[in-house]
Amino acid sequence: MTIAPPYPQKRTCPYQPPTGYAAIAESGPVLKVTLFDGREAWMVTGYQESRDILTHPNLSSQRTHPAFPIVAPRFRSPVARSLAMIAMDPPEHDIYRRYLNPHFSLKMVRTMRGDIERIVAGFVDEIIEHGPPADLIPMLAMPLPSLVICQHLGVPYHDHEFFQDASGKVMLGDESESATAADSLVTYLDNLVTEQLSRPTDGLLGRLVTERVAEGDIGHDELVSIALVLLIAAHETTASSLALGIITLLEHPEQLAKLHADMSRLPRAVEELLRFIGTTDLVATRVAKGDIEIAGTLIRAGEPVLVSGVLANRDEANHQRPDEFDILREDTHHLTFGFGIHQCLGQNLARLELEVALHQLLTRIPTLKLAVPVDQLPILGAGTVQRVLELPVEW
Amino acid sequence: MRVEADRDRCISAGRCMATAPRIFDQDDDGIVVVVVPETGPDDEAQVREAGFLCPAQAIRITAVRSEPGD
Repeated sequence: MTIAPPYPQKRTCPYQPPTGYAAIAESGPVLKVTLFDGREAWMVTGYQESRDILTHPNLSSQRTHPAFPIVAPRFRSPVARSLAMIAMDPPEHDIYRRYLNPHFSLKMVRTMRGDIERIVAGFVDEIIEHGPPADLIPMLAMPLPSLVICQHLGVPYHDHEFFQDASGKVMLGDESESATAADSLVTYLDNLVTEQLSRPTDGLLGRLVTERVAEGDIGHDELVSIALVLLIAAHETTASSLALGIITLLEHPEQLAKLHADMSRLPRAVEELLRFIGTTDLVATRVAKGDIEIAGTLIRAGEPVLVSGVLANRDEANHQRPDEFDILREDTHHLTFGFGIHQCLGQNLARLELEVALHQLLTRIPTLKLAVPVDQLPILGAGTVQRVLELPVEW
Repeated sequence: MRVEADRDRCISAGRCMATAPRIFDQDDDGIVVVVVPETGPDDEAQVREAGFLCPAQAIRITAVRSEPGD
């Protein structure tokens, strides 16, 4: 009888899975792991097996289920257990998703390119004006997704600074500062929804008021809940992916040179970055609501399930040389945005932000390099979004 | 090849439209539209990739039997 290995573990290199995950992958594609609270959960590590289970009808997102796996203390909170869409199963999930799909479709997101290019240009102007060394976390990675989602939701211009400041503190502050900032954002979003209900503007929230609240589909509280999920889901993940993406490229000069030689390779390079860095570590925390058989293993109803994106993205059965970062590879298939009906709503927006930011940063500051060795960059987060707290660069 | 998409299953991820832009589009609700439902061998690799990447598994590809005289 083997002992279920501990999960999660901490990364030592910001863009590589923790060294202890090699043993987890060896016991895969389906195994049991031990969580911080001593409970055991199933973990799926194979690429195909992850696709199979994420499309299985017995896999549930009901976070209020007593057996739902909790990977870190902060996910015990009632807010984390009641997130719109994320903590819902069909049919409720599908109804909300349909309300939001038109606002995040690839077609819609493509119309946002010009705005995002202008926003990024402003940040890169400031970085160049500031001069080296410059910290790309507060100057680009953190404010970019915040400002983009701010504009998309329809946060009035004069509130952008508050919104940026509060969402930055949620992400980078210590525990109490982060909690205070989160409360102030919830209060802000609550007031914003109240304003939009009386005078809807052209942003996403105003559109949902006109399209859905007026029709009686959703009410004030549901709209606040949606706004909060969009903010949380958009911000930390995109900011971290951009930071980890920049570090990965700067640490692989031969790959960076291939990109500089032909910037039309950037969209594929972004896919490879998404595969390689596995920003969120996990791509799904779930519970089985009926028996599920996967790769010859029976997961019984009521048992907790985790899906490891970072390991599925580097599955030898699916990827050639899985641990090699190669921007020209054909097999960029990854599960970083998940799979199945819960696949990331904002994936196309995230791709676009990464592409535009990397393009401008690399073409306007072609000699960009890390100002400190990679092993001195402060990183945080285990089993959840991999955060980089500082990213000093020079040129 | 005949390409069909189940619009009820579609979640607007847009992987089909990104992978095989000649064959797939999205309507104003973000839901998949098959622009070219009968495709030839030139599009096969892209269409199969689009089907593989669709997170909602909403794309169905079936072989069309050759007509006599083809």
